Amino acid sequence: MVTRPIYLDYQSTTPCDPRVLEIMLPYFTEEFGNPHSRSHAYGWQAEEAVETARAQVAKIIHADPREVIFTSGATESNNLALKGVAQFYKAQKDHIVTCVTEHKCVLDSCRHLEQAGFKITYLPVQPNGIIDLNRLKDALTDRTVLVSIMAVNNEIGVIQPLAEIGKICREKGIFFHTDAAQAVGKIPLDVEMMNIDLLSISGHKLYGPKGIGALYVRRKPRVRLTALITGGGQERGMRSGTLSTPLCVGIGAACAMAQAEMGEEHARLCALRDRFYNTILSELEEVYLNGDFEQRIPGNLNISFAHVEGEGLMMGVKELAVSSGSACTSASLEPSYVLRALGVEEEMAHTSLRIGFGRFTTEAEVDMAAEKIIREVHRLREMSPLWEMSRAGINLKSIQWAAH
Amino acid sequence: MAYSQKVIDHYENPRNVGVLDAKDESVGTGLVGAPACGDVMKLQIKVNDQGVIEDAKFKTFGCGSAIASSSLATEWIKGKTLEEANTIKNTEIAQHLSLPPVKLHCSMLAEDAIRAAIQDYKQKHRAA
Repeated sequence: MVTRPIYLDYQSTTPCDPRVLEIMLPYFTEEFGNPHSRSHAYGWQAEEAVETARAQVAKIIHADPREVIFTSGATESNNLALKGVAQFYKAQKDHIVTCVTEHKCVLDSCRHLEQAGFKITYLPVQPNGIIDLNRLKDALTDRTVLVSIMAVNNEIGVIQPLAEIGKICREKGIFFHTDAAQAVGKIPLDVEMMNIDLLSISGHKLYGPKGIGALYVRRKPRVRLTALITGGGQERGMRSGTLSTPLCVGIGAACAMAQAEMGEEHARLCALRDRFYNTILSELEEVYLNGDFEQRIPGNLNISFAHVEGEGLMMGVKELAVSSGSACTSASLEPSYVLRALGVEEEMAHTSLRIGFGRFTTEAEVDMAAEKIIREVHRLREMSPLWEMSRAGINLKSIQWAAH
Repeated sequence: MAYSQKVIDHYENPRNVGVLDAKDESVGTGLVGAPACGDVMKLQIKVNDQGVIEDAKFKTFGCGSAIASSSLATEWIKGKTLEEANTIKNTEIAQHLSLPPVKLHCSMLAEDAIRAAIQDYKQKHRAA
């Protein structure tokens, strides 16, 4: 039998919790009604299940259920928030502020808006991965319609100061959207306290099913948007199409579970993370954490192992499912744009691993992962000309490298 | 991405990892690539009086394909004359290791490393 690697890539996706799946299953078969059918009990029962789910999603962010619409995932939610708001208000305002470390779906939506004539400001981040609030304030103008800053970064796990950003935006009458795909269920979120006007959620990042997400759209003061998908006018006209009852039920149940278990799970993950990180630090030199340690979700570590290339390292720890900020993992040859935005030099960006812990990670797995990584870093450093040079006291920056 | 068996074998059991004395007159050292690009190879050759490469060592910072390319390169050049070693092509390395298109630069770097080591050796002997 082939044993599968230990899963340590929880920012990429999470398994659907078996308890969630159990709750979803009847809605594929017996309870198959169209939740938009008004003329019979099949439809009513499906509708009731969808509305229960909507309330569960609303509750985890302290919103009203009427402010939550279902989408196919956080990518669609982000597209709808950015393009929808921009299109609706374009006669009055045409400027959006976002940040260089946002997820590609936010950055790419902004690129499309730029091509359509909108102006976008891409805020830089500080070396710890967090935006500078003064730069945010300076970027806002009377043409600014929306600020879109993610709650938690998918690569480095850092948490942006949402309440402070919300306060600045509210004072200026600018809408605040946050991509909270990596944050929901991980950290407490409160759209009222944080003055958030739009918030994107993903099902599969919080132990729910793939293929479903949600967008919170504030009612008071009202945020309006132009729909991207039109048709039967479902989801208050903001997102047409028949809802998938089982997927809605799944994301709802996932939210309810995550909310009920958040405190306990947070403490457990902190302990696992510290155990892993302290072992690594005690056994290896020249290990650098990318992104702030304090302002960070406990389920994420992004570590550069100096002089060991990330993809080479991943190949050596094939018993672990992790990801790397090195270019080689993707089709592009550029290392992670997120790490580059922190000011991490290209050579260090090439040496990074993202290690994600989650609900099903055990202490034994964390210990085994640390042991494998330590052993392999030692092995590859013995094979690394850069490690040899750095041990010999040669400043690698003094060498004229030929770029290729 | 799946690696070929040969890449995995060279990665897990790299041949000729190590260091030769760069100051030795019979040793040529090539250092190619750049840390910022994610690949650096150091390849060294020890050449005897007949102009035959009697030993070769490497160290590589890079992905599995880069490590495998340089490991294979040292294996191939051992026992060859400088002239013979100079004719090794990156395409042969890539073909032998079944490198996918995105990894072809690893084999090119290995070819560069061989050339650079030979160049360094010849430089020393021209000066002498």
